[in-house]
Amino acid sequence: MELIVSKNFNKKDSYKLETYLAGGGYEAIKKCLDSMKPADVIEEVKKSGLRGRGGAGFPTGMKWSFVPKESSVPKYLAVNADEGEPGTFKDRLVLELDPHLLLEGIMIASYAVGIGTAYIYIRGEYKKAFDTVRNAIEECYQKGFLGENIFGKNYKLDIHVHAGAGAYICGEETGLIESLEGRRGQPRLKPPFPAISGLFMGPTVINNVETLAFVPSIINKGGEWFASIGTPKNSGTRLFGVSGSVEKPGVYELELGITARKLIYEICGGVKNGKKLKGFIPGGLSAPIMTAEELDVPLDFDSLAKAGSMAGSGGVIVIDESADIPKIAARTADFYAHESCGQCTQCREGTRWVSQLFNKIYQGRGQKKDIDLILDVCSNMMGQTICVLSDACAMPSIAFIKKFRHEFEALVK
Amino acid sequence: MKKFSEEKLKEVERLKARYPERQAPLLMILHMACDEFGYLDDEAYSYISELSGVPKSKVYSVATFYSMYNQKPYGRYHLQLCKNVSCMLAGADDIVKYICDKLNISPGETTPDNRFTLSLVECLGSCGKAPAMIINKEYYENLDIEKVDKILAGLK
Repeated sequence: MELIVSKNFNKKDSYKLETYLAGGGYEAIKKCLDSMKPADVIEEVKKSGLRGRGGAGFPTGMKWSFVPKESSVPKYLAVNADEGEPGTFKDRLVLELDPHLLLEGIMIASYAVGIGTAYIYIRGEYKKAFDTVRNAIEECYQKGFLGENIFGKNYKLDIHVHAGAGAYICGEETGLIESLEGRRGQPRLKPPFPAISGLFMGPTVINNVETLAFVPSIINKGGEWFASIGTPKNSGTRLFGVSGSVEKPGVYELELGITARKLIYEICGGVKNGKKLKGFIPGGLSAPIMTAEELDVPLDFDSLAKAGSMAGSGGVIVIDESADIPKIAARTADFYAHESCGQCTQCREGTRWVSQLFNKIYQGRGQKKDIDLILDVCSNMMGQTICVLSDACAMPSIAFIKKFRHEFEALVK
Repeated sequence: MKKFSEEKLKEVERLKARYPERQAPLLMILHMACDEFGYLDDEAYSYISELSGVPKSKVYSVATFYSMYNQKPYGRYHLQLCKNVSCMLAGADDIVKYICDKLNISPGETTPDNRFTLSLVECLGSCGKAPAMIINKEYYENLDIEKVDKILAGLK
């Protein structure tokens, strides 16, 4: 299989401009500027079927087309590099190992939508990634690839880096916008959607790092080429980050549609120490857990949604037979309770209740009715809030109980 | 008096030029203040407010929303260990227990010699190299007890 986003990862000095140029870098943006109209670029990305790799899997070309062509106020691109979904560690590699691939993707997206300023929002802990991307931007300014008249053409683009400061909620689109504006990262009510009024009140596109890193190849090789990889409606490859009880954890670029069985047993060398598999979380901690019986579900957006979970960020957490599901559930709920921004009652109170109840059960202080109380609380947490953090706590919590109820019952009086 | 150097003040001006709104560079300025002063207190908030043109109440409100802006002094080395699921499955709890016993502190505490502070934090994005921790700004990954011993011995 041909690598697309990770093709340069193993090159020496992969992060340097000269390495990127030697591998045919910045040809795609030149092609756009030379011979493609912005609408042609959007059309090509639509044709590719590329879907967002950050979590929601929304079609990228469609997202770009929602932004009005004419705008009386500046339009912006906000790049979501606030990688914080537990179990996810793939954008970090793009940022640290191939920042110019991301920058070229940003240039193409900006040209397609008519954007003059892009901000890359990098989570605060990723200091090495921040420095690497900042240096790559500096290299581009020196070469005339950024600033006024990029590549000698009549197009102006500035790219800036912005550091987050440790808040998971800033990975939510409008939380990220608030944080870019220097405020508390509390998500906004929608509508208006960011495509109409987002950053600094301007029409705004928000794309994940990996999503943008696919764009240069799509322009070079065509949307049809990309659409031929993976499965229909789930085209291309993605970076799977595999962690937990597995022999060879790490980031692997694989076609969408690969099964969890193949990923865990063939690619990653199986469950650690030859143990039996108890389950796996297929798309970051918000994704409901799957059992060992569900190993043959293809790891793509539509198949996982149909199976009651989600492809999310591509972070696969492998759980072996010796792990305690109630302990994992408690740790999961602790996370959401800590990261709730506090705006909505259902989330602020709900996440805390769920966390306290799971901990009570795990520590052997729970009663049987607490198990159903968690389900009751969760049922009041979904679809009721400004953003989906509340749902992201409720969905996996319900799945832990529904699929492993006997483990909770064994701990309660 | 808490104050930035001339060089840092120039950096603040460069930051301001990147955004069309006055409050936007605040997160970046708060990072600079933590680097410079170690932690944020009333005097730091006043200074950042003056520097950024953002009311002090808002500066405080924003700073306290985010977990990376220190509100109190920490030890020379701030150990931030991930406790989330991937690290937990890789044995993070044993490492936490080992460090607590070795340093004779609980999470959230600082050693009496002011050398180490231990915090338990959420996912650091090192799940493939779990367990992981950050000390000051550096990542330390694939931790085991032997490795932790070596790391701690090297931090004076």
